[in-house]
Amino acid sequence: MTGTSPVSRGFHRRRQDLGENAGRIPPGQYLTKDFPVLSAGPTPHTALDRWSFSVGRDGRQKSWSWDEFRALPSQDVTVDIHCVTKWSKLDTSWQGVSVDTLLDLAGHDGPFAMAHCDGGYTTNLPVEDLTGGKAWVAYAYDGRPLEPEHGGPARLLVPHLYFWKSAKWVRSLELRDTNDPGFWENYGYHIYGDPWREQRYAGD
Amino acid sequence: MAGTALRRRLTWQVAKVSAVSDETASVRTIMLDVPDCPGHQAGQHLDIRLIDEDRYVAERSYSIASAPGEGVAITVERLDDGEVSPYLTDELRVGDDLELRGPIGGYFTWEPADGGPLLLLARGSGVVPLRSILRYRERTGSDVSVRLLYSSRTLDDVIYRAELDRPAAGGRGDPHADPPSATGLGRLRAARRHGPAG
Repeated sequence: MTGTSPVSRGFHRRRQDLGENAGRIPPGQYLTKDFPVLSAGPTPHTALDRWSFSVGRDGRQKSWSWDEFRALPSQDVTVDIHCVTKWSKLDTSWQGVSVDTLLDLAGHDGPFAMAHCDGGYTTNLPVEDLTGGKAWVAYAYDGRPLEPEHGGPARLLVPHLYFWKSAKWVRSLELRDTNDPGFWENYGYHIYGDPWREQRYAGD
Repeated sequence: MAGTALRRRLTWQVAKVSAVSDETASVRTIMLDVPDCPGHQAGQHLDIRLIDEDRYVAERSYSIASAPGEGVAITVERLDDGEVSPYLTDELRVGDDLELRGPIGGYFTWEPADGGPLLLLARGSGVVPLRSILRYRERTGSDVSVRLLYSSRTLDDVIYRAELDRPAAGGRGDPHADPPSATGLGRLRAARRHGPAG
């Protein structure tokens, strides 16, 4: 991809050698120890007694209240995350419900999903990227309830795709037949978003 | 503004640095000659790519500082422990090549048809995309009322200070900026950013 690109006169790598972690940073990304916060709008604060989560076709969805959702079997996962704005963060620890669990209960009823969130944010994903132990609805980070600015009470966690796919404040996974673009995908971001193939923008 | 989709493929191209100007001791504006320039919206950004002799690649995003129709400029704040910003502010010279692609984003943008009033909030280098909006408003003769609330650590750190101090061109409406204040807003958290959620 950079084969014909000119060397930038006077530019030298400055970041420390990543050693054994070098293979964990996708192209064009840099390592951060922070947890930057970027949102397309104000942070919603939904009371837990008004929170629910739904999975399925529009009009016939399986729904859980907060207490019901918290009673579902959960998993602890430690994963690397990669934001399209170029930062990557290694070994982030989450607790949440595997999307496999949710789809097994709600029914595998379509090849694509649109995540819908408080605040109106949406993002699209193939169901096969949400299954097979690759995706969770996470409600805890680093052993503590997920803070609203990081997507609490619950966010999608799909670490093998750019992190805009890991929608904050997620409330439903709507299954459908077509892979329609969500919010950022409509503004020119890639329809799929694989960081290892550097699929940042449409056409990458 | 929904649906102003930008589905055009974003290809890398080599621009040339046409001018640089220092805004503060640590902030520089870089003007670029971009060969294939599709035009941008006020508030959009670019991706910059640097490659060293070992083919090590670093990429970063920078807001476009200029108004649509003015050509392309970015304003960069040097972060001393950074990898890309010290290169752009200290090393890059007029006549150098700079690889970029864009413009990117279409959500946090403004054009006269969007109307107003506008309340623009920024701290530090967060003012850069707002400056594009302010200049575009002025260039298009828009009478939309606008207020910028802008916080900096010190008066010397105020970016575009001379420009922000001067009354709006033609004296339309209010001056477009209050005098900058060192005490200002403290650590203002912008409610809206132009990058995807992370």
